[in-house]
Amino acid sequence: MGRRVLLRGGRVVDPAAGRDEVADVLVEEDRVAAVGPGAARAGAEILDCEGLVVAPGLVDLHAHLREPGFEHKETIETGSRAAAVGGYTAVAAMANTDPVADHVAVIEEVRALAARAGLCDVFPVGAVTEGMRGEAIAEMGEMAEAGVRLFSDDGRPVPSARVLRIALEYAKAFEATIASHALDPDLAEGGQVREGYWSATLGLQGIPAEAEEVAVHRDLAMARLTGGRLHLCHLSSARAVELVRRARAEGVRVTAEVTPHHLALTEEALASYDANLKVMPPLGSAEDRDALRLGLLDGTIDAIATDHAPHAVEEKEAEFDQAPPGTIGLETALAVVLTELVEPGVLTLARALEAMSTAPARILGAGDHGGPIEPGRPANLVAFDPGATWVVEPPFASRSRNSAFLGRTLRGRVVHTLLRGEPTVAWGKPTR
Amino acid sequence: MVGRKDVLDLNDFTAAEIEQVLRTADAMREILTRPIKRVPALRGKTVVNLFFEPSTRTRVSFELAAKALSADVVNISASGSSVEKGESLVDTVRTLQALGADVVVMRHSQSGAPYLVAQQVQASVINAGDGWHAHPTQALLDLYTIRDKLGRLEGLRAAIVGDVLHSRVARSLTFGLVKMGAEVTLVGPPTLIPPEAPQWGAQVSYDLDAVLPKLDVCYLLRVQRERQRQRFFPSVREYARRYGLTRERVAALPEGCLIMHPGPMNRGVEIDSDVADLPRSVIEEQVTNGIAVRMALLYLMLGGAGEGGGA
Repeated sequence: MGRRVLLRGGRVVDPAAGRDEVADVLVEEDRVAAVGPGAARAGAEILDCEGLVVAPGLVDLHAHLREPGFEHKETIETGSRAAAVGGYTAVAAMANTDPVADHVAVIEEVRALAARAGLCDVFPVGAVTEGMRGEAIAEMGEMAEAGVRLFSDDGRPVPSARVLRIALEYAKAFEATIASHALDPDLAEGGQVREGYWSATLGLQGIPAEAEEVAVHRDLAMARLTGGRLHLCHLSSARAVELVRRARAEGVRVTAEVTPHHLALTEEALASYDANLKVMPPLGSAEDRDALRLGLLDGTIDAIATDHAPHAVEEKEAEFDQAPPGTIGLETALAVVLTELVEPGVLTLARALEAMSTAPARILGAGDHGGPIEPGRPANLVAFDPGATWVVEPPFASRSRNSAFLGRTLRGRVVHTLLRGEPTVAWGKPTR
Repeated sequence: MVGRKDVLDLNDFTAAEIEQVLRTADAMREILTRPIKRVPALRGKTVVNLFFEPSTRTRVSFELAAKALSADVVNISASGSSVEKGESLVDTVRTLQALGADVVVMRHSQSGAPYLVAQQVQASVINAGDGWHAHPTQALLDLYTIRDKLGRLEGLRAAIVGDVLHSRVARSLTFGLVKMGAEVTLVGPPTLIPPEAPQWGAQVSYDLDAVLPKLDVCYLLRVQRERQRQRFFPSVREYARRYGLTRERVAALPEGCLIMHPGPMNRGVEIDSDVADLPRSVIEEQVTNGIAVRMALLYLMLGGAGEGGGA
């Protein structure tokens, strides 16, 4: 008989099964063997989970793991470790590496590096266009055969409606999804922060919210035209949420994500010119933040995704205009969501976990992840202490430390992460 | 004001602090009229002028101000951004601090750059202009000049005319004037006035001729021709026609209205050549007063408390 672990007495919150109760979870080898009160079995190693929440491992639709090409910011190993520490068991790795993940060789390399690290399942995202140049679609079919389900030129928008149309249409052959970084490049050009009072007062070039609105409108029109699957990355404005809401009602095949930082922070935080708060799309107004929360609540927005974007210290410790946009997020996402949304009663814990696990697993086609926690299912699980407070500060498991939440006190800390039954995090520490 | 480590923006000054700088500048101006224009107040202190953007008047003004207070002055012109230079901005300033700089006077093309530096070094930082954001010493010398000429700031009506969107001078002067109780109207084409400007306490007008008859101060901003690539207005010619201060427009100004400009001027664009040379134009006084105001700031930051003050 193989290894048995009993997660004893935790509050099992499993959105995929509609379960929210105190129960034991018995794991045998790589699978869940039993769930329920008194699932104990002789010879099992016992992890006392009293006071903890036990849930499906988190799934991130949007992380920049930077390898190959930018290993000074992050590697697949350090990024996977950050993911595990944050409670993730699956992460989609964006394609804007060097070389760009626009062909199978890069996809396979990313997979191999992730398998060697063994800390988290990494789902490489394929580029939509060759070299992410926005001109001609990449060999999506071959990448799809290699298991890629999500394609994105994230980091830059697909500049032409015609190219996006072709990509959405072509991807229908293998039921893949095109994830769009929706920002009108012309309106956004040179912009550093959201246009408005703060951009005007700080003397920084603004990006109007309409840059997102225009692009979302275009992308939704192309999705409607083609019947293809569209996923909208990191929504940041109230009007974009409303456009998605209407498109869904019309039956357009669209899903959407929002980041923890857009849910928690607003543009006035930029008054200090802290480059860690420079993100793309830029932080919006309180009204935008509230609309994003509401969109998450009513299901217009499916998922919370980190847009984990590591950058080296010397890159971020630069003039605001020079600093590259992005914040790391894998290690703080759960705690930010618990602190800013669940604890104040904006979201239920079950909906938050659905948005961080079940829904993204479905969009990513990551069938082993996101629950349900049932006998026979792969044991991809997280156990976290919702009451534990901690201060966001280095050291991080990530190679970078450009967190928009540096110095903040957050509630909620991951205690155990199990990847196919193997602990990647035990008692709050990565196991390797 | 005394004991302030840095001067980065006028927005966080109180009216009383501004008042203190202006009063101190009065005393400094007196020093500058003496046969020997020098006092020992900052002997042994080192002021570094670190300019990442070309500047003549501001740099020379700070240099003369520091020298009049007997400080040692080092001028550094660094071109381009830190990234192009290879060394980071923060490292550059840390080096200057290690070399003994007590004050770093900094001009930079990017908004917020002095904030980054001020957080990282113990030396005092004075913002001598950052991007579109702020130019506090220019605003202080403008306030000084207006008060000197008109006897007060409170209740005055001022127009700031031109490319407000890209102007650090316009931002700082607006905050300064509003804080001191003046009424400010920002005038220019709608593409160059941020729609949020009323939240700064200013009024907005797109019609210069409608504003002129009520003014005590008409402040013209430099047309930055390099912005023309983005075509915020159709042509320099049309700009001059709609927003230039011509002879004819001067006739619409009240008798005692001052004409001001931060320099350098584009004669024939935002200001007609002979308008710039009228007696009511105080553009040269602005320059002269700049030295006294900067002396006042340096003195209050470094020497004013008698015990080095700068921490």
